[in-house]
This record gives sequence, C-alpha cells and structure tokens, in this order.
Amino acid sequence: MKIDPIHQFNIEPLFTLGHIGNQTIAFTNSSLYMLVAVAIISILMLASGTQLVPGRLQSVAEISYEFVASTIRSTAGSEGMKFFPLIFSLFMFICVSNLVGIIPYTFTISSHLIVTAALALLVFFTVLIYGVAKNGLKFFSIFVPHGVPGYILPLVMFIEILSFFLRPVSHSVRLFANMLAGHIALKVFAGFVAMLGFSLGALGWVGGVLPLALTVALYALEILVAFLQAYVFAILTCIYLNDAIHPGH
Amino acid sequence: MAESHGGAKGPAAGAHTGAEGGHGGGFPPFESSTYASQLVSLAIFFVVLYVVVSKLALPKVGGAIEARQNKIEGDLNEAQALKDQSAAALKAYESELAAARSRAQAIGNESRDKANAQAEAERKALEEQLAAKLAGAEKTIASTRAAAMSNVRGIAADAAGQIVQQLTGVVPDAASVNAAVDATLKG
Repeated sequence: MKIDPIHQFNIEPLFTLGHIGNQTIAFTNSSLYMLVAVAIISILMLASGTQLVPGRLQSVAEISYEFVASTIRSTAGSEGMKFFPLIFSLFMFICVSNLVGIIPYTFTISSHLIVTAALALLVFFTVLIYGVAKNGLKFFSIFVPHGVPGYILPLVMFIEILSFFLRPVSHSVRLFANMLAGHIALKVFAGFVAMLGFSLGALGWVGGVLPLALTVALYALEILVAFLQAYVFAILTCIYLNDAIHPGH
Repeated sequence: MAESHGGAKGPAAGAHTGAEGGHGGGFPPFESSTYASQLVSLAIFFVVLYVVVSKLALPKVGGAIEARQNKIEGDLNEAQALKDQSAAALKAYESELAAARSRAQAIGNESRDKANAQAEAERKALEEQLAAKLAGAEKTIASTRAAAMSNVRGIAADAAGQIVQQLTGVVPDAASVNAAVDATLKG
C-alpha cells in the first residue's frame, strides 16, 4: 500500500452550479464544508438562548463573543469595534472550519491557498479602503515612521511599503501552510502505522506503536494549531485595521 | 487510516482519480481550475455568514450579555439600597432606644424625688403634731403642778395653824401663818 498525503486536499465537484466564461462553477466538497462551518456557527450563535444564567452552548457563544471583542479592544481600541462583525466572522469561520477539518475524513477549507488568499485580500482591501476613506492621504503616513534620520528614510519607507503590500501574502500563507503541513504530517505518521502493520506482521504491530503515539501527539498539537491560526489571523486583522483607524501610531 | 479513507470514498475517489489524470495529478491547492468554484462558494458563504453574524448573532449574544450586566448592576444597587435602609433603621432603633432609656431614667428620678418630698412633708407634719402635743402635755403638767403646789400651801398653812393651836392653844393669826408657810416653802 502507499501513503497519499495529498489526496485529502483534492477538490471534488459534487454538482455543477453554472459557468462563468470557460470556468465551471461547481458545488464542491470545499463548498460543502463552508456550508457546514456557516451552519455550525449559526446554530451556535442563534440557537443558544439568551438566558440570564447561560447553559453550555450559550456559554460557548458568549465566550466567543467576549474573546473576539476583547481582542479587538486591546489591539485596535474601541473604535475597532465597528469591524467586530467582520473579525468575528473571520475568526469563527476559520476556527470552526479548521476544527471540523481536523476530524478524520473531512476536508479543510483553509488548506487551500486560494481561500486564505481571498480572506487575506478582503482584510487588505478593507484596511486600504477604510484607511484612505477615513484619513485621506494622512493614511500613507504609516509608511513614514517617526524619529527616523532623513538619510535612511527612503530605505525605511521602501521597506515599510514593501511589507505593507506583502501583508496579504504572509497573512494567507501562514494559515494555508500551517493547515497543509499539519494535515500532511498527520497523514504521513498515521500512514506509517498502517503500513508497518500490513507489511511487517507482528513486528510491524509493535513497531507501529511509535508512529501511533506521534500521531496522537500531533493530533493534539493540530487541535491547538487549528484554534491558534484562527486567532493569529484575527489578531493580525485587528493590528492591520488599527493602522487604518489610527495611522499616526 | 489512509486505506480506510480510500475505502470510505471508494467510488468518488475512483472517479476522481480518473478526472485527476486530466489535469496531471498535480498538487490540489495549486490546481487553478478549482479556484473559480472555491472563490464563488467562499463569497456566497462568507457573505451569508457575515449577514447572519452582524444582523442576528452579535446583537442577540451582545444583548444577552448586556442584559445580564444590567441585571447584576441593578441587583447590586438594590442590595446597596436595602443595606442602607437597614442601617438607617438600625440607627433609628438605637436612637429611640437611647431616648426611651433616658426618659425612663428621668421618670424614675422624678418619682423618687416626689416620694422623698412627700415623706419629708409627712415627717415634718408628724413632728409638729408631736411637738404640739408635747407642749400641751407640758402645760398641763405645769398647771397641775401649780395647782398642787397651791393646795400644798393651803394644807401646810392649815396644818401649821392646827399644830400651833395644839401646842399653844392659841388660834394663830391666819396672815402670820401664811407668811411663815410661804417663807418656809421658799426656803
């Protein structure tokens, strides 16, 4: 038997929705898991009741709310709360789809660069458009740091501008690469267990213990990573938005 | 895991492997033919999520949190008000108790003074009465004694007259007898 760690990332069209130009728009397994994530978030947030003493589901909903709200307040100030729905949607969408994706046999939406890039570009253009609309040309003062000597200012400005435009790249690749690498590593180690068991008989069964233990440990790590990457994505969004809200800092 | 994965998705995986041959079996995240489908689905579902979150979910959960906050604050304020009220009631009770105690003391003092004064007056009246009785008695004694003394003079004069008559046989002059008796009595 052979390990195929890439197979899990295949996009499989379930039915065709239509055509745009020569592109076929299909409802794929990715679309299905997006639907699942949206459904889980909606159920969590809407079906959880509004009791004075919250139950379990309501507690989860309120903890998510408070968590994202406090993240925004601490990084972008109370003015950042106007982006609360956007950041909450991003955080919950990525977090829930990552956590669903870690269940065996499921598909992970954020293991595709096109998806993470689209989300990162959404943030990038939100920052750019809101920053210019609110501050006008003053927004571009984020490229001119205070207290830099005149003779290296052009160099610093060049670096600042470059890093600003590379933000969506790092923002999207970080999430994509983490999810991709984690799932491949899990698949490879889990594949070792099966391969050893099938090819070496009793010796393989004993030998398979080590990769099995590693798989379990990696799985725990991946659960952490699934949450952490969603948090990192959200907090970077807050930091970028902070530039648009307070360009002077 | 790898094998059972294949087993679970047997027909679909088989069909897909056939399709995969078409685009060279490359790395799925870099297969540009799937981008349009993913972007369209992402746009649709993310917009749906955003609308649900911003119009329904966040107002609802935020409202519940705020309602709880208000309830807790209201309850705390109410508890504070009740505490203040009970403290005031305690203070009122204590001041009333002190007032009642001082009033009781005043009443006690007053009645004691009154009783004392009455007893004093009664004692004085009794003393006066007794003094008057004593004086009356003394007067009676004095008059009785005076009467007795005058009788004694008469008797003494008679006795002296008789004695003189017996001894001398001469009836003495009454005036000289009286003078002699008086002189003796005085002596």
